[in-house]
Amino acid sequence: MQERHHLGEEAITRELFRPLVSTPAMMWVGFIGLGAVLAIFVFAVSWMVYWGLGVTGLQRPNMWGFMIVNFVFWIGISHAGVMISAILRLTQAEWRRPVTRAAEVMTIFSLMTAMLHPVIHTGRPWRTLYWVFPYDFWRNIWPDIRGPLVWDPSAILTYLTGSTLFLYTTLIPDMALARDRTTGWRHVLYTILALGWRGNERQWKMQTIAGFLLSGLILPVFVSVHSIVSWDFAVSLVPTWHATVFAPYFVIGAIHSGVSAVVTLMALMRWLFRFEHYIRLEHFDAIGRLLIAVGTGWLWFFLLDIFFAIYPQEARELEIMQFRLFQWPFNVFTALIFIFGYFIPVPIWVFQRFRRNVRIMFWTSIAVNVGMWAERYWLIKPGLMRKYEWTFDWNWYRPSIVEISIIMGSFALVGFLLLVFSKIFPPISVWEEKEGVHFAQQLQVGKRRVSAIVREF
Amino acid sequence: MAIREVLGIYRDLDSAVAAADALREAGFERAEFEVLSNAPYPEGTFGEESGIHRLFVFPLIGAACGFAAGLLITGGTQLANPLVTGGKPLLSIPPMIIIMYEGTMLGALIFTVLGVLFESRLPWIGKALYDTRITAGYIGILVRTAPERESLAISALRKANPEDVLTEGGSVGGTASAAQ
Repeated sequence: MQERHHLGEEAITRELFRPLVSTPAMMWVGFIGLGAVLAIFVFAVSWMVYWGLGVTGLQRPNMWGFMIVNFVFWIGISHAGVMISAILRLTQAEWRRPVTRAAEVMTIFSLMTAMLHPVIHTGRPWRTLYWVFPYDFWRNIWPDIRGPLVWDPSAILTYLTGSTLFLYTTLIPDMALARDRTTGWRHVLYTILALGWRGNERQWKMQTIAGFLLSGLILPVFVSVHSIVSWDFAVSLVPTWHATVFAPYFVIGAIHSGVSAVVTLMALMRWLFRFEHYIRLEHFDAIGRLLIAVGTGWLWFFLLDIFFAIYPQEARELEIMQFRLFQWPFNVFTALIFIFGYFIPVPIWVFQRFRRNVRIMFWTSIAVNVGMWAERYWLIKPGLMRKYEWTFDWNWYRPSIVEISIIMGSFALVGFLLLVFSKIFPPISVWEEKEGVHFAQQLQVGKRRVSAIVREF
Repeated sequence: MAIREVLGIYRDLDSAVAAADALREAGFERAEFEVLSNAPYPEGTFGEESGIHRLFVFPLIGAACGFAAGLLITGGTQLANPLVTGGKPLLSIPPMIIIMYEGTMLGALIFTVLGVLFESRLPWIGKALYDTRITAGYIGILVRTAPERESLAISALRKANPEDVLTEGGSVGGTASAAQ
């Protein structure tokens, strides 16, 4: 059911440009609060760079810790953004209009934040370019393309480039609108970004085709990226990592956490920018239904991963799985994953009245991401914390305050960047909302009056 | 030959469609005028479609370039620094496929965006009649014609109750605002 409010063009422009021209008190609170955490993040990274990786909990054989867990988490969050946007555009789903821009922006900032982590994790970030791109004709230095650590940057850079271009292409008409309504430095910025857009028929036709074409191209990249991230683990010989199910399992997990993050973002935008006319209850209802299917799919793969570790009865796999399921602290993580990742949110989403309650959707989406962060930790760490025949020492991993600060800072960084974006660019696509208004109609069906959208196939 | 521009500004879709019809009745070809709006309308709303394009060629070219670059990087790297592992063939196909796939998709994505910009004639740095009311929801009909037909274009645009009619010399006034 469409619960569209009938707003004029001017009202739509005014409301969707509101964050650009006014800063509500909560936004200032957000800037200051997130900025403070971000300052701690910068201090923690600087401290680690100055003193070296010894200030973290990393030591042999625990060479991958919180930063790599967080890298996988943010890659996962980044996935659903463009996926939702691309699928909704390809299927011409009407409820895409208020969701796509925020989802695409979240993808880009999450990806950028994710990419920071392996760079920081190296301990010498300034040398990362030298390591990642060592194509050096002069000294004959070449990376070994047979290792997943080369596949990973190639996939993520493809996804980041594609997502940024995707976002920018759909942003151009709104830049023209902003250009025509601003003065000073903003006018100069929007004039440059609008590229001289005039809104003729040819430009609109290209814009529409671009939406389909880029969606079709970005979807396979989206699937490939988290598959390749999963191979960082799966092509190793570490027990419980070395699993063929990892690629689809990581992809579905990414969708579960990412779509939930989109719900979180929708609720925040509705509250902060008063976008009730655009981000409506029907949108939460629709995305809640999607999440039931995605969450249940993720649960299936989660159980499969446990099953595949147990079924072959290999001693090393069994040992790690026993460690994961029954020993402190991973038994708590197991409970967190089940409870927050599935058994609290999904039964709630089954009921429409809960799906149409923004507060409940907000808190259940947060719960999913608590569970999904725990899941990434649960997947990555236990396999490294055991002694094997080829390791001469082993130890527990205890994250240091520096790593905890970096994790907190990563959340602040994404939040801060989203706030900055919404101060400069409209967080909902204005031209797509207006396109929806052009085609909206009221139909009388029996005794009911139904909002409908005329759509060209 | 000098070309003159005339821009009619219309408050609603019906008036803009009527203006397009009036222009055609006055003998203007479809290629002589374009419709400016702040959101897309279905193709054919203002008459026949607005010309062919080659956008679909761009991702194919980009994909081919990306594939070639992926092949060059992966194959070239292994051949330039031969590391024989366990007596296996030097060129390891599965990881090559991964990077070539990403290269192919990256090329296709970049060239699609370049194609969109090229086919949309962006960035546009030339001068053309424009009015900021278009992004506010009005519909503009921009006629490009010979100087001797400028007055014919103005009278055709005025038949459809425009909010305003602009020429390179400035506003010549619309009939909608006069009627009010």
